[in-house]
Amino acid sequence: MALSFPEEVLEHVFSFITSHTDRNTVSLVCKSWYEIERWCRRRVFIGNCYAVSPGIMIRRFPEVRCVELKGKPHFADFNLVPDGWGGYFYPWVCEMSRAYPWLEEIRLKRMVVSDEGLELVSKAFKNFKVLVLSSCEGFSTDGLAAIAANCRNLRELDLRESEVEDLSGHWLSHFPDSCTSLQSLNMSCLSSEVSFSALQRLIARSPNLKTLRLNRAVPLEKLSTLLHRAPQLVELGTGAYSAEARPDVCSNLAEAFSRCKELKGLSGFWDVVPFYLPAIYSVCSRLTSLNLSYATIQSPDVTKIVTQCPNLQSLSVLDYIEDTGLNALSLSCKDLRELRVFPSDPFVADANVSLTEQGLVAVSEGCYKLQSVLYFCRQMSNSALTTIAKNRPNLNCFRLCILEPRAPDYLTLEPLDNGFGAIVENCKQLQRLSLSGLLTDRVFEYIGKRAKKLEMLSIAFAGDSDLGLHHVLSGCDSLRKLEIRDCPFGDKALLANVSKLETMRSLWMSSCSVSLGACKRLSQKMPRLNVEVIDEQGDLDSRPDSSPVEKLYVYRTVAGPRLDMPSFIRNMAQNPTYMR
Amino acid sequence: MITNMEKQAQAYEIMANNKDLNLKATELRLGLPGSESPEREVVVHGSAIKILVAGAKRGFSDAINGGYGVGLVKNGGQETDVLVTPKPALLEKKTQVSDKLNGQSSSPAPKQQVVGWPPIRSFRKNTMAVSHTKNEEKDDPKIGSGCLYVKVSMDGAPYLRKVDLEIYSCYLDLSSALEKMFSCFTIGQYGSHEVRTRDGLSETRLMDLLHGSEYVLTYEDKDGDWMLVGDVPWDMFIASCKRLRIMKSSDAIGLAPRAREKSRNCTEPNNE
Repeated sequence: MALSFPEEVLEHVFSFITSHTDRNTVSLVCKSWYEIERWCRRRVFIGNCYAVSPGIMIRRFPEVRCVELKGKPHFADFNLVPDGWGGYFYPWVCEMSRAYPWLEEIRLKRMVVSDEGLELVSKAFKNFKVLVLSSCEGFSTDGLAAIAANCRNLRELDLRESEVEDLSGHWLSHFPDSCTSLQSLNMSCLSSEVSFSALQRLIARSPNLKTLRLNRAVPLEKLSTLLHRAPQLVELGTGAYSAEARPDVCSNLAEAFSRCKELKGLSGFWDVVPFYLPAIYSVCSRLTSLNLSYATIQSPDVTKIVTQCPNLQSLSVLDYIEDTGLNALSLSCKDLRELRVFPSDPFVADANVSLTEQGLVAVSEGCYKLQSVLYFCRQMSNSALTTIAKNRPNLNCFRLCILEPRAPDYLTLEPLDNGFGAIVENCKQLQRLSLSGLLTDRVFEYIGKRAKKLEMLSIAFAGDSDLGLHHVLSGCDSLRKLEIRDCPFGDKALLANVSKLETMRSLWMSSCSVSLGACKRLSQKMPRLNVEVIDEQGDLDSRPDSSPVEKLYVYRTVAGPRLDMPSFIRNMAQNPTYMR
Repeated sequence: MITNMEKQAQAYEIMANNKDLNLKATELRLGLPGSESPEREVVVHGSAIKILVAGAKRGFSDAINGGYGVGLVKNGGQETDVLVTPKPALLEKKTQVSDKLNGQSSSPAPKQQVVGWPPIRSFRKNTMAVSHTKNEEKDDPKIGSGCLYVKVSMDGAPYLRKVDLEIYSCYLDLSSALEKMFSCFTIGQYGSHEVRTRDGLSETRLMDLLHGSEYVLTYEDKDGDWMLVGDVPWDMFIASCKRLRIMKSSDAIGLAPRAREKSRNCTEPNNE
């Protein structure tokens, strides 16, 4: 039976379908659609690099141009995942170098990248354009030098928040004079000073440069020179924003900023000297994105800036903004979609910043388009959470971190179950939720019942018993990623919901009450899960099945047990059973 | 000629009699790495507390613990964070876990920094720590006001580890944590089979290795010099430590005199 449409037509239709989930769905319609789709897929996203192998990816998608990989579990950001865990890029780049000579884009998150890997990227892919290394580690500025030197058509080099062994700033000078293709450069995570003249010349010969995020070492006095050469910039990350207070330098800077008519995003602002803040006032009205989360400036200065940004959509700021600043924000920035407030001094019990739950309530009242919240604070109440929920049913990401673990409602001293319950009840589109404060099993009952669109849930120091975990695993239909630390969740809930785990990307549990025996049983029941026990105390082989495991990471995979585990990680499928 | 043991005993006596913590803090220790005494009496806030060091702990923990078993007091003395038992972090954790297994919620632990809480990325923590130092140069950095991630390498181990020095309050804590972290490497070297049959106890493998004091803990300070860990007060150590290295004793021989030389230059003269 012939196809109703020729292949070329279907392929053309498919080219308009870009979302990964949609393409995956298309491929499931029938065998011929699967075949056509796989030959014309150009972008592959792999949310867990161990869920599949390079070989499997290459076999299915032979003509890929863009690969995106994620490695370590999210809690690696907070040092809960020991070094040596894995997430190595090299095996991937080895096979891709042979299979995808026309690869253009690589995006990695939380992976271990080596200089050899970067060198291979720079030499194997003749048309390589985009390298984004987000929270990666394992490489040095030597690897960057190879990228700079060999990638003739490099468009984007973004090192956001990666941990780079910074041998020197010399890597930047490796960009050849012939390289004029750069559109985006983010070197903000590097500490070494680069040659300013090399940087200047690079910027001058990159007419399409839209994003430039400098590192702290680029001095403020020289910023105007750079801006003069790149007035077309859309996003700028400053270097250290401090210098001796000189009016002429300030006015030069202000003038340079005012020439940047396309500027929509600002970041950087390390070591801010308030004297120089007015230099950015002329661009404030155009800003849609502002990251002041490293700027240790006090509330009046922060407020002065944000109140001049009526088009602001995304704001990251320190708690120095205080409730008054957030109140002002709620009145001035009606287009705000995303707010992130970080703690200036997270390790002291009492802050001397007046930032409370009231600030967030105010923003929830005034900013009608608010969708995404990350908020660190020291006190919260059920009534505030309920107010926020009722004000903003359109929230899709709500991450609240009350600094003290198990902190109750500060007004009533009750758990915050009802507050978070209100959040999941009212915000029906909620996709991501992070809990904190004193919470019983009840909050998980609410979450299981109401949070039907929830995809990612982070839990810490919460719950009373296995029932809590059971509510989540049995109730949250859309759950993909669940990460839990220091909760009294154990074997019962886990073993009662084994098939759920195959519908999710991953489950992380650390410092909970899961026993070694339960991990083994889980692995036996679900052969397509990798059940990995991370335990640095050693002697896993001789421990009784009743002993608790330190950390557990469970994820679905078609690649079988991974072969690169360090000695402190065991896959329960491979565990030799001892008679006990 | 006075033996090392007697020297150490003298030093402890001085410490026990001296109620002023500050003097103690700058007193030079005389014990060489590898020497040990089964019990130590330390004065904390005027009351003597016995620190029981398990007989099996030799070499490694002694090297960095030559007398400084004194924990520090946090939060202006509201809660004493003196950790007086060996491997306190591990003990505490076991209690919490067993409580949870019994279905009881654990009582709040003494105020110690919890690993990975609050959930703030290292990049941000390190950046803010530098900002704080720049802004408040006159004040001493508060204990726990930032974080101090330093890399720890061990000669022969395939990869580095990182530790946050802020979460430890004394050399004992640090040594326990490092022993746990690196015992997995020595298993590989010696073969778990071998070690298990040797004595049947659940001693850490690293301890077996260190019966021969094959490894010592060293650190690179702000000046780029490599020093033996344990020669200076804890506060001074975490303020100047940039990275740690567990090195073979044979490589460390040249270090000891240099470390003492340097300390001699910055602290009160040793009473030899």
